[in-house]
Amino acid sequence: MNLTVSAAPHIRSNETTRKIMLDVLIALAPAMIAAVIFFGVRALVLTAISAAACVACDALMGLALRRKADCVGDLSAVVTGVLLAFSLPVSCPYWVVIIGDAFAIIVVKGLVGGLGQNVFNPALGGRAFVMLFWPAAVTRFSLDAVSAAAFGTVDIVASSTPLQTMSRSVLPEASLLDMFIGNIGGCIGEVCTLALLIGFAWLLYRGVISWRIPAAYVGAVAVLTLIFYRGDNALAWMLYSVMGGGVMLGAIFMATDYATSPTVPAAQIAYGLGCGVLTVVIRYFGIFPEGVTYAILIMNAFAWALDKAMPVRRFGVMKGGAGK
Amino acid sequence: MKQLFGGGIHPDGHKDMSRGGAAVPVPAPETVVIPLCQHIGSACKPLVAVGDAVLMGQKIGDGEGRCSPVHATVSGEVTAIEEREVPGGAKVLSVVIRNDFKDARAEAKGAEDYMSLSAAEVAAMVREAGVVGMGGAAFPTNSKIASNEGKTETVLINACECEPYITSDDTIMCTCPGDVIGGARLLAKALKARKSIIAIEDNKPEAIAALRAEAGEDELVEIRVLPTRYPQGAKKQLILAVTGREVAPGARSGALFNVTTTANIFRAVTKGQPLLEKIVTVTGDGANAPQNVLVRIGTSFADVIKAAGGIAEDTKQVIAGGPMMGKAVDTLDVPVVKGTNSILCLTKACDAAADPVCIRCGKCASVCPMYLQPLYLYRYAKAGDKEMLNEYYLNDCMECGCCSFVCPGKLPLTETFVQAKQLLKGGK
Repeated sequence: MNLTVSAAPHIRSNETTRKIMLDVLIALAPAMIAAVIFFGVRALVLTAISAAACVACDALMGLALRRKADCVGDLSAVVTGVLLAFSLPVSCPYWVVIIGDAFAIIVVKGLVGGLGQNVFNPALGGRAFVMLFWPAAVTRFSLDAVSAAAFGTVDIVASSTPLQTMSRSVLPEASLLDMFIGNIGGCIGEVCTLALLIGFAWLLYRGVISWRIPAAYVGAVAVLTLIFYRGDNALAWMLYSVMGGGVMLGAIFMATDYATSPTVPAAQIAYGLGCGVLTVVIRYFGIFPEGVTYAILIMNAFAWALDKAMPVRRFGVMKGGAGK
Repeated sequence: MKQLFGGGIHPDGHKDMSRGGAAVPVPAPETVVIPLCQHIGSACKPLVAVGDAVLMGQKIGDGEGRCSPVHATVSGEVTAIEEREVPGGAKVLSVVIRNDFKDARAEAKGAEDYMSLSAAEVAAMVREAGVVGMGGAAFPTNSKIASNEGKTETVLINACECEPYITSDDTIMCTCPGDVIGGARLLAKALKARKSIIAIEDNKPEAIAALRAEAGEDELVEIRVLPTRYPQGAKKQLILAVTGREVAPGARSGALFNVTTTANIFRAVTKGQPLLEKIVTVTGDGANAPQNVLVRIGTSFADVIKAAGGIAEDTKQVIAGGPMMGKAVDTLDVPVVKGTNSILCLTKACDAAADPVCIRCGKCASVCPMYLQPLYLYRYAKAGDKEMLNEYYLNDCMECGCCSFVCPGKLPLTETFVQAKQLLKGGK
C-alpha cells in the first residue's frame, strides 16, 4: 500500500475561487435582468461580449506568462467583463468595450501578476482607460435605448441621467420609485437599486463579502449629501445621490473586490468611508457628474496600507495595553 | 448557542462513524515497540538490557528533568533496544519486547485515601505511572500538577475532542465516567482549587449524560456544555470559551487537563496503574469497520488496523490523530504511543493545488482563532521576511489548520507557517 504523506490539515472545505466568482455572478444576475428590461437586449449582448473578451485576454495572458493556474475556469475574468460592461452605457460601441476589457485584463491585472495581485480594480481600470480616449462613449446616455439595436451602430438619443441633472444642482424629474427600480438613464448595471440590493443580500448570505465596505461607502455618501445638500430638500437630495449613478454598484460590487480592498475589518470601514467621501468630493468638484470610478481607484491604492495601519488586536492583548 | 471564542470553523464531524459502545480490546501483539520518548521533554534512558525478562507494567525507561517514564505493556523478553520510527516520521530509541503472552504483572498499589493527598504526592504517583497529556501535546502531566498547586481557582478538564472523526475521549467518558469524575474531583482537591470544570461540546450528548449521572450534585465538579466548534479544545480557546478571558501572550495558561489524561491520573493514583493501554479511534472512509479499540501502547498501527477490521484497498492516507492537526504516516509499522488517539484512514488525500493563488478574500483571517492574518503571513513567509513575520506574530500560530481548511485558493498556509517558524528559530 502506497501511503501519501502530506502536511496537516488533511481535509479542506469545498470552497473554491470558482464558487466565489459564481456567487458574484449570481448576485449580478438581478441587475442584468433589470438592464434588459430597461435598456433592451443590447445590454445583454454587450455584457456577454465583454465577458468573452475578458476570458480570451485572461487565457492569452495565462499562455504568454506560462501560469499554471486555471485562469479561465476560475470565472474571475467573467466577473471583470460583466462589471466593466455594467459600468458603461448601453449605447457604448462594442469595440470600445473590448478595448476596455483588454486593458483591464492585460495591463491592470495580468502584467502585475494576475489574479489577486492587482492593485487596481481591473473593471474600473478598463473603464478609466476608455474614458480617457472615448469619453463620449462612456458618458453619453440614451434613456430610451430599448430601441437601440443589438447589432450595428446606435443612434444616441442624448438624454440626461439623474446625475447629469444633479450636477446642475437640480433634483431629477424621475420619481424616487423610478430611481429605486431603475427606470432612469445611466450605465447598464447601475440603475436598478432594488436589483443591486438583492445581489448584496445574496453575497452577504453566502458569506462572500461582509457588510462593512458597502455600508461605510453608502453611509458616507448619504451623510455628506445630507449635510451638504443642494436645492431645498436635503433628504431627497441624499436619496437621489445614493441611488443615482454608480454608488450602489460600486459600493457592493467594485469596492468589495478582494484583491484591491483591505481585509482587516477596521481597515474595511475606513476604506469604505474613503470611497464615499471621495465620490462626493469628485461629484461636487470634478469635471464629470460621476465620481465612483476614480474614488474607488484612488482608494485601491490605499488598500494594503490601510490593512497595515490598522492591525488586528493581538490575542490576549486588550485595547489600551492591558494584559500586555 | 453562540460561539464562545473568535474565529474557528465547523467541519463535518464524522463522529457517528466510530461512536458507540465500549472500546474493543486489540489482542496483545507478538512484539511491542516502546519508544523511550513519548512526551515533550528529555528522552528516557533504558532501565533494561537486551535479554532481560520484563513484567507487564514494569518501568523500563526513565530520566532526569522534564521526563516521563515508560513501562513494558506486555510481559516477556527484551529483544532489542534500537531506533525505531514513530508516528510523525522521527526515529526514536525504543525498547522492543517479545510477548510471552502470560501478562505477568508488576506489583501495583494505589493510595487509599486519595482525596487527602497533596499535589506533590499526586504528581509523584502520576509521574511514576508515566501519564502525559493525551490531548496531543504529550506534556508530562506531573509537571502541570506540581506547578499549579494553590495557583488556580478552577481546574479545567478539556473534554471538547473538537477534531473531526475522533471519538476516543467520547468513549472513555461514556464507558468510564467514574474515572473521569474521580480524576476531576481529585485534581480540584489536590490543587486546592474551588472546583473542576469539565468542558464538553454539545455534539456528545451521551457522554454529557453519563458524566452528569456520575457527578450528581457535587460542588467539586461542574459539567459545562459548549457549542461545537473547532478548535475549541485548543488551550487558549478553551480558557476563553469557559472563562471569557484571553490568556496574554507568553502568560501561564493555568491548570488544564485533557479528559483521558484525567481518567489516567485517577487510575494512577487510586490503583497505582501505569499507563499501559489507551483507547484509539480507528476511523475514516478507508476503515472497513470504524470503531474504538483498546490498545496496548507499543502495538503497531498495522496490528491495530487488522484487529479493527482492516482498511480498504484504495486507502490513500493514514493519519495519526485527527484530520486537522494529525500527522500522515508513510508506513503502518509504527507503534501506538501515549499520544495516539486516532488512526484515521482516508481514501482521498488532500490534493495540493499546482499553482495556488491567493485572491485576498480574507477568509483565513476571519477564521483564525488567534486573530492572525494568514494571507500576509504567507507572503512574508514566502519572502523569508523574519521581521514582518515577527511583527505579524507568526509564533502565536498554533497550527490548528483553520486557514488552510477554508482557503478557496487551496494555499498551503499552515504548512508554510510550520516551516517559517523554523526559519524564525534560526533553523533551515
